[in-house]
Amino acid sequence: MAEYETHDFDVIVIGAGGAGLRAAIEARAKGLRTALICKSLLGKAHTVMAEGGIAAALGNVYPEDNWKVHFRDTMRGGKMLNNWRMAQVHAQEAPDRVRELEDWGALFDRTKDGLITQRDFGGHRYARLAHVGDRTGLEMIRTLQQKAVADGIDVFMEVKVLRVLKGADGEASGVVGYWRPTGQFVTFTAKAVVLATGGLGKSWMYTSNSWESTGDGVALALWAGADVIDMEAVQFHPTGMVWPLSVRGLLVTEGVRGDGGVLRNSEGDRFMFNYIPPMFAAETADTEEEGDGWYDDHANNRRPPELLPRDEVARAINSEVKAGRGSPHGGVYLDIATRRSAEYIRRRLPSMYHQFKELAGVDITAEAMEVGPTCHYAMGGVRVDADSQETTVPGLFAAGEVAAGLHGANRLGGNSLSDLVVFGYRAGIAAAKHAKERTRNNRTSAIDPGEVKEVINAATAPFARDDGENPYDLQSDLQQTMQKLVGIIRTQSELEEAMGELDTLEKRATNISVRGGVAYNPGWNLATDLPSMLSVSRCVAQGAINRKESRGGHTRDDFPKPDPEMGSVNFVQRIAAGTGGSDGPLGTPSINTITVTPEPLPVMPDELKALLEEES
Amino acid sequence: MTVEPVEDEATEAVAPPGPADDGTVTMVLWRGDPTGGEFVDYVMPSVEGEVVLDVIHRVQASEAPDLACRWNCKAGKCGSCSAEINGIPSLMCMTRMDTLPAGADVVVAPLKTFPILRDLVTDVSFNYEVAKRIAPFNPRPKTVDETKAGGYRMAQIDVERSQEFRKCIECFLCQDVCHVIRDHEENKTSYAGPRFFIRSAELEMHPLDASDRREMLRKEDGLGKCNITKCCTEVCPEHIKITDNAIIPLKERVVDASYDPVAWLGRKILRRTKASVAETSATAAATGPAAIQPDPAVSGMPTAVGE
Repeated sequence: MAEYETHDFDVIVIGAGGAGLRAAIEARAKGLRTALICKSLLGKAHTVMAEGGIAAALGNVYPEDNWKVHFRDTMRGGKMLNNWRMAQVHAQEAPDRVRELEDWGALFDRTKDGLITQRDFGGHRYARLAHVGDRTGLEMIRTLQQKAVADGIDVFMEVKVLRVLKGADGEASGVVGYWRPTGQFVTFTAKAVVLATGGLGKSWMYTSNSWESTGDGVALALWAGADVIDMEAVQFHPTGMVWPLSVRGLLVTEGVRGDGGVLRNSEGDRFMFNYIPPMFAAETADTEEEGDGWYDDHANNRRPPELLPRDEVARAINSEVKAGRGSPHGGVYLDIATRRSAEYIRRRLPSMYHQFKELAGVDITAEAMEVGPTCHYAMGGVRVDADSQETTVPGLFAAGEVAAGLHGANRLGGNSLSDLVVFGYRAGIAAAKHAKERTRNNRTSAIDPGEVKEVINAATAPFARDDGENPYDLQSDLQQTMQKLVGIIRTQSELEEAMGELDTLEKRATNISVRGGVAYNPGWNLATDLPSMLSVSRCVAQGAINRKESRGGHTRDDFPKPDPEMGSVNFVQRIAAGTGGSDGPLGTPSINTITVTPEPLPVMPDELKALLEEES
Repeated sequence: MTVEPVEDEATEAVAPPGPADDGTVTMVLWRGDPTGGEFVDYVMPSVEGEVVLDVIHRVQASEAPDLACRWNCKAGKCGSCSAEINGIPSLMCMTRMDTLPAGADVVVAPLKTFPILRDLVTDVSFNYEVAKRIAPFNPRPKTVDETKAGGYRMAQIDVERSQEFRKCIECFLCQDVCHVIRDHEENKTSYAGPRFFIRSAELEMHPLDASDRREMLRKEDGLGKCNITKCCTEVCPEHIKITDNAIIPLKERVVDASYDPVAWLGRKILRRTKASVAETSATAAATGPAAIQPDPAVSGMPTAVGE
């Protein structure tokens, strides 16, 4: 089993969603030999699931919109835990990145004047989301995919990466993984490695995330010695499908509310008016009449409370269900049928119409949808330099959902697609620069074959075990633990219980056994995903124990208010150099080697502070 | 029919249709690799509201952990879980169990047109190879106003034509069902298939694209081999009217370019002057767009309104 295939490039990008594709395109444009490595087929990454749109202050619909307002909305939505510099760069550069997609063939919906039109979304002061109906992510990934193909970028599909390897000098120098179709092991050496692996939502039972979202990038970085931050900040999207059970968690776009949909409880009340927090009271309508007037006239009405940031809406739905005012399947009603014409709904929300019709037998132009919170997005992740996206490991970069900082404690809808292209682009430039410098200085990117062999031997060990744990059972138990104990509302005792459960699960995971061969074996593939799932789950639970306050996506029942002192720090988690070992599952560092330290947030310059203090 | 208890495990032959009301369903799944394989029965409890992919997942979690099956989003958006369900090319994630004949076995086979990797997973690299040879998007230059602010101007009605084709999720069910390559392996080197006809149609009808793809469609892509049986349109999970809205208009454009007798005669007559025409266009190309569209900054032409 120690035979493996080898490849060498200047820059390798792990993950082929929006961020990975954008990074690879930029590194290739700088003339570097660039490879894109992805766990699925090209074009299937989670970016295709994004529905509502991409946020950018284009000013096409509201000329008064500009980057400063977008910056302010992003910081307030993130409850000020954001990295201010990332929020600034993002707001400033998103418009160029959106227009660039159009230059590459994307066809966004238009205004009457022929410009890219923009729709309203939660937490955004102006209509800001460029979109294509409710399939914006598909448009974006296809555009980037076709550009990458046209540019001749080498793509390695269905390759699972097991470890990032460093050279003797401590720089990221390559990865080891295996081809899923054949089970053949493979290494890629490179002078810069970009992680663009997306999220980690598969650790929960009810999630909008696909099987791929196992937190691989966060775990790979952590195991390589990089810092991760804000892991407790997990976004539960307020509107996932709740029925049938088989699709529970599947996303219902916020565009439904942006286009006029409202939330009602079983008594028919538009309950969101009862959940307007003081921070947003000045800019939120307090009567149905004003809220309804806002859709056509933003200047003279305040926005309806259904369009509060996602954390607020998710908590409100949770409270209504707990108070016994939920729908038959444990959600609430999302109604657009009584508010907009059938023709309008089908034109604006074609995928939602399709999804409910085919999977739930519900016609959303005639009936209300049943919805409830679903695990959706990780605000936390790998700590990066705000300008270059370099992690704390030299030569290792991270962009997109795997990186932390932009969204703080809660992400606004539409800011993830813009995150991908803004920071994918920057990571591509910085990785290319790093690789060139490294070549110029004759710094090699050699990896240790002994280390590669250890990884391979550990990854194949489950085949030699006969009566060990079934990986599917372990995954299911992990999902139940996280759902029950580290969900949308958290308490000290439950989080401590989760920490204990995770220890037990880790012990069981070191005893996994796998049946069959190495070629396209989902049982084995899952076994190799479990170590990352366990590591990131531990980070979330540990971060949540330490953040003794409620902020954004992190809600503590026992500390229901934000605490300014807690709000001034990031919880940084890392495995200190040389302390990781290989006692965890499949030769990974044990989750018990992960430490947590509070560190102060970067200090925001006064001119940006002033933007935040402006009255809305 | 007498209702028998479903005790008979691993029935090798075709099992009789399972009783509808005993709370189970028999999944007949193809297992094997490039060297061969067979259909294997798995009797699973029925669960309300499930799709075929849910039941496959339960088979994996219980009886066959190594059962290979490709999937991602489980919401009909990524196009990964394509298979042939009771003989019909479908997405496993969008096929509800309660839409299949009650009480009958559910037979799931891999896509027939592509080589088998393992079990329900096929090697779809043919499609990625065809994608590489499609001439890329080639936008016209921006006008002065477009460059100044806002980018390209396009009317909604003009983008909608291509937007229909850009709904494609690349599930390759249309490629699978197309008899030109399904039944004739030899055509794979000279035929792009419905997925890539809509890709070409999307570019041909794109308001900004400036390339002419008709010759490519006729020669390399083998557009003429399609004889409009509309099987592709029938299986498209995105309900794209592949044949009516893409293939037929493309065929018309190709015919206009290559087979119009008047145009043919015109070419015959004009052949003599071809050399001089080529010369003229070469001069235009060398002079570049600046000769056609003077840059105000360079030529000192008055601009409309300053900022």
